[in-house]
Amino acid sequence: MSPLTLAVRDSATMLRRNLLHARRYPSLTLNLLLTPIMLLLLFVYVFGDTMSAGIGGDGPDRSEYIAYIVPGLLLMTIGSTVVGTAVSVSNDMTEGIIARFRTMAIHRGSVILGHVIGSVLQSVISVVLVGGVAVAIGFRSTDATVLEWLAAFGLLVLFATALTWIAVGMGLISPNAEAASNNAMPLILLPLLSSAFVPIDAMPGWFQPVAEYQPFTPAIETLRGLLLGTGIGHNGWLAVGWCLGLAVLGYLWSTAKFNDDPK
Amino acid sequence: MTNPAIAANGLRKSYGDKTVLDGVDLVVPEGTIFSLLGPNGAGKTTAVKILSTLVSPDPASGPIQVGGHDLATDPQSVRAAIGVTGQFSAVDGLITGEENMLLMADLHHLSKRERLCVTAELLERFDLTEAARKPAATYSGGMKRRLDIAMTLVGDPRIIFLDEPTTGLDPRSRHNMWRIIRELVSDGVTVFLTTQYLEEADELADRIAVLHDGRIAAQGTAEELKRLVPGGHVRLRFTDPAAYQNAASALGEASRDDESLALQIPSDGSQRELRSILDWLDSAGVEADELTVHTPDLDDVFFALTGGTGIPHQPEEAVR
Repeated sequence: MSPLTLAVRDSATMLRRNLLHARRYPSLTLNLLLTPIMLLLLFVYVFGDTMSAGIGGDGPDRSEYIAYIVPGLLLMTIGSTVVGTAVSVSNDMTEGIIARFRTMAIHRGSVILGHVIGSVLQSVISVVLVGGVAVAIGFRSTDATVLEWLAAFGLLVLFATALTWIAVGMGLISPNAEAASNNAMPLILLPLLSSAFVPIDAMPGWFQPVAEYQPFTPAIETLRGLLLGTGIGHNGWLAVGWCLGLAVLGYLWSTAKFNDDPK
Repeated sequence: MTNPAIAANGLRKSYGDKTVLDGVDLVVPEGTIFSLLGPNGAGKTTAVKILSTLVSPDPASGPIQVGGHDLATDPQSVRAAIGVTGQFSAVDGLITGEENMLLMADLHHLSKRERLCVTAELLERFDLTEAARKPAATYSGGMKRRLDIAMTLVGDPRIIFLDEPTTGLDPRSRHNMWRIIRELVSDGVTVFLTTQYLEEADELADRIAVLHDGRIAAQGTAEELKRLVPGGHVRLRFTDPAAYQNAASALGEASRDDESLALQIPSDGSQRELRSILDWLDSAGVEADELTVHTPDLDDVFFALTGGTGIPHQPEEAVR
């Protein structure tokens, strides 16, 4: 069997295993979905009128704020889903079965690849679910072209891949599930410090660079531009750059950590 | 004889400045059971982890071959030849026993038909058919071990590592495990077994190596090892202090345990020696309330091999 066939076949096996886990024990995934959905409902129905006026809408009308907040929340959903990935990778590494995999003549990277592909699929499903809620409460993306839709989807997948690789690394260095969940917390907190909820120029001056130069902001701006059919400017390249950078960094980090001798 | 299944020279491993293995030489002929015996922390698990490619040995180690393949240059071929059942259960608790087996079959790249056959056959052989559809996390300790070994056997490994396969099992499960291990070897498989129990090594192993402080303290058959150890004795227990005192003065060479009113007479436990002791007791008019024969156990072997007092030095022939 050629190395590539081996890699594909073993990764597919590992992916099936991870999906089986997710299907058998959906509570972790569902819990993580709850955060973005709760935030969406909270910001739209409770704070919506004020926020809407705040971002320069025509008076208190929450529908304008829905359009503003949904792209950020979709990306936050990815951040939230991959926290689950960090937890399940860390859980997995404490299991004897990983030691067994390491002593088998399988493609070595397949254990991690299975997690990565599974996590990206889960992220996409979660985004679709949260997106469904958003549409149900009035979000519309009718001004976008088909091409913009495809680009938006591509960005979501790319962003999920990047965050997943980072989360896998975080899971690998965490001694247990609690530590993994703590280590991955920035992936949920970063969107709060981005342009997801309020525009950056509405933030205090000293804070604006923090919000501007982090991966979520360009990705959110790009997704917002694509879904609402407004321009994306230079944010598209920035977002793609961040994603590729994080993905490569996470990949190198994770594989190095996985190839270390287990304790 | 062809190549040995396992041949390790000068196996070394240290973590920081703690030396776990300090130059261990092992040779295991094909189709035999080899047992590495030692207390907790002796380095047994580390030895298994290195030989099964899980951790790498220190660079100062000599050449190590498993299944005829060099561990350092061709670990993937080693992995294809071996099966490992670690000390801690290596089953996926979240999925069912059957799914665990199918997972192994898939990783061994068996065909669709084979994977079902092998799974059904091994589940049947290890008495797990009934529990096959339940999550492995709900299994008892003994069932988990059986599933663990069943998973190891998918793909017909020629060399099997079992790290303390019976630790924590009840006596019945332990005997089942012994039966399973004997069956494996009758199929021509080589078994590398670690254990804390001399009894277990005695039951199963063709050769035993005693590991202490990262070195092989002694190596040989169970018989050879027991002969090295002066721990065997006959113990006489009395309930009446007067009878105890009489016996103690009559049997001058017995060592006394005044608190429990017991005397210990050195003995190798053979029928001949036992008879002569009984004759001696009769002639001395000693009648004990309880007589027990103690054969050397791991404690004795350990105190003997590592205590350093009054121990016959092991002759070179017994080392190889």
